[in-house]
Amino acid sequence: MSIAFEIHDLTVAYQRRPVLWDVDLTVPEGSLVGIVGPNGAGKTTLIKAALGLVPLASGKVEIYGRSYSEQRNLVGYVPQRESVDWDFPVTVRDVVLMGTYGRLGWFRRPGRAEREIAARCLEQVGMSAFANRQIRQLSGGQQQRVFLARALAQDAELYFLDEPFAGVDAATEAAIFELLQTLRSDGKTVLVVHHDLQTVSEYFDHVILLNMRLIACGPVETTFTNENLQKTYGGRLTILDEAAEAMRQRDGA
Amino acid sequence: MINLSLTDKVMIGTALLGGMSGVVGSFAVLRGRSLVGDMLAHAALPGICLAFLVIGTKSLLGLSAGALLSGLLAIVAVTSIVRWTRTKEDAAIGIVLSTFFGAGVVLLSLIQKPGVGGSKAGLDSYLFGEPGNMLTGDLVVLAVVGVAVLATVGLLFKEFELVCFDSDFAQSQGWPTLRLDLFMMASLAVVTIVGLPIVGVILMTAMIILPAATARLWTNRLRYMLQLAAAFGLAAGLLGTWLGRDLPAGAAIVLTAAAFFVLSILFAPQRGIVSRLMAEYRYRKRIEREHLLRSLYELGEGKADHESTIELQALRDYRYWRSLTKLLEQAADEGEVNLTQQVVELTPLGQRRAARLTKAHRLWELYMVQHVGIASDHVDRDADDVEHMLPEGLLIELEQKLASEGRLPEVAQEVPLSPHQLDSPSSEPPSEPSS
Repeated sequence: MSIAFEIHDLTVAYQRRPVLWDVDLTVPEGSLVGIVGPNGAGKTTLIKAALGLVPLASGKVEIYGRSYSEQRNLVGYVPQRESVDWDFPVTVRDVVLMGTYGRLGWFRRPGRAEREIAARCLEQVGMSAFANRQIRQLSGGQQQRVFLARALAQDAELYFLDEPFAGVDAATEAAIFELLQTLRSDGKTVLVVHHDLQTVSEYFDHVILLNMRLIACGPVETTFTNENLQKTYGGRLTILDEAAEAMRQRDGA
Repeated sequence: MINLSLTDKVMIGTALLGGMSGVVGSFAVLRGRSLVGDMLAHAALPGICLAFLVIGTKSLLGLSAGALLSGLLAIVAVTSIVRWTRTKEDAAIGIVLSTFFGAGVVLLSLIQKPGVGGSKAGLDSYLFGEPGNMLTGDLVVLAVVGVAVLATVGLLFKEFELVCFDSDFAQSQGWPTLRLDLFMMASLAVVTIVGLPIVGVILMTAMIILPAATARLWTNRLRYMLQLAAAFGLAAGLLGTWLGRDLPAGAAIVLTAAAFFVLSILFAPQRGIVSRLMAEYRYRKRIEREHLLRSLYELGEGKADHESTIELQALRDYRYWRSLTKLLEQAADEGEVNLTQQVVELTPLGQRRAARLTKAHRLWELYMVQHVGIASDHVDRDADDVEHMLPEGLLIELEQKLASEGRLPEVAQEVPLSPHQLDSPSSEPPSEPSS
């Protein structure tokens, strides 16, 4: 299987304080990968480093064997929902169209072809009926689905999703899960920052356990173990209880 | 050169300024940079004074170059303070703004000392604005800047929109967000500086913010917001100059722009106070009317053969009504019910509408009960939307469930309700409602 995404010796620092230490990992093509770790573990930073949004103190990131700047068109990105102003004067369709801007390039305006792409992507996340809504009029889950549609419009091979499941309703959660399955069956690779330990085994086939340094990375069956979770979450008992519960559920299944 | 009276010049000049302030101001306001315009205006003052000391004359171009330089210096100062210290951006803007302005006032007082020869230079106009000083050459400068701003925004609309909305996403697509941002700020700086001698340091901020904020109240599309902001700015320039013939023109222009803003807060569609109150009122009315129709339907449902005559007292007891009499009269006017002293009867039209409402309501109800977690996202939707909101498979399942309980209202499907029939209650709808 070919390697979709690879990080070598990555260190990222904010104002000389390292957030990620010496991370080394590879992600095979066509896998659904959960990025898991406590708050402040550097999960979002890992994604931002991969996308070239934060400067790297050292190391390199490769997407299908080449640097990000060469492979930009192969990558789709769903930022955290709170990262934008949802009162911005754009409609749902406008936001989804933004996914096509990267391919359009300078000065060209989106035309009929782009609008068709946008319509198709909205359909895929079940938001067609909302195309003309101003984005403020959406619920949190609907906003999240609009962001997903925008990433779909990027028509990428490798997707980075930053906490798409955070604060969404059950319908959206189900829709996102279904979408992940579709993407995988189309041979896409998806990395998802994820908080809910209970659903990790259900949603993903690979997992990256992160706490400033890489704790473990690999298939869920062999990597998402009690021991690794202990290492990731340290002494935080409540979370460990949660993890133990997740273990039980998985073993029961 | 065409001969223009001073008033014409002032009107054209202020209109041009208002138009372009609206456009660049829209991006500044949306990017959360309203105060950057304020800072640029204040920070320009020391640059203007120094430029005057160097050149020795009050040439618009020379002074503007000075203003631009010190404005850029101020932007660099704010960016560095935010980047290297833990000062927040608004605090940094406040610090830089007042420091630069303080320096400007000191320089101004030095220039105006006898012997330096500045007292006649009229640099004061940069403080409070003096459109009356406008020369034809200034108009040309304004026109050139205006065309440049329009061309820039026309070419880079998509790029500016993307960077303003989600700059991380833009950067991940490879757009040079920093340079686009700087470009937006630079156009803001240029417009601010050409506007300074017209409306002055303090009021220039208002020209940047007011038309944009006003336009935002009227539309939810960036494209139209830009056009409206330009229109509001232009109108404020024209109207303000005309209204303020014997007043300080800069102030009159800004007050006009502020009047537009206040009127918009009150009367803008959707976001205006009046329309929000109206919408709320209409919504309450609609809910009440739907309650009436549904209650009548449900009361009739209990009777043999779905007999549609309901005693008034039964209706009164069925649920709480705020003003049933008025509600019934309105429904009668709509042709939905026939009203007599003691009884009320759904007309065929009313019967059909009631059936549809009741069906939608029950589908929702059942859906929410059966799919508790999932439905929470949809509950605020209007009941009518049920058929568009839910997947068809689920809809059929819900309908079958209702039918098995004998609670599925039968709605005439073949002939959709025509809005024309609704207007004329006298004409009967063509198809009888199912009984």
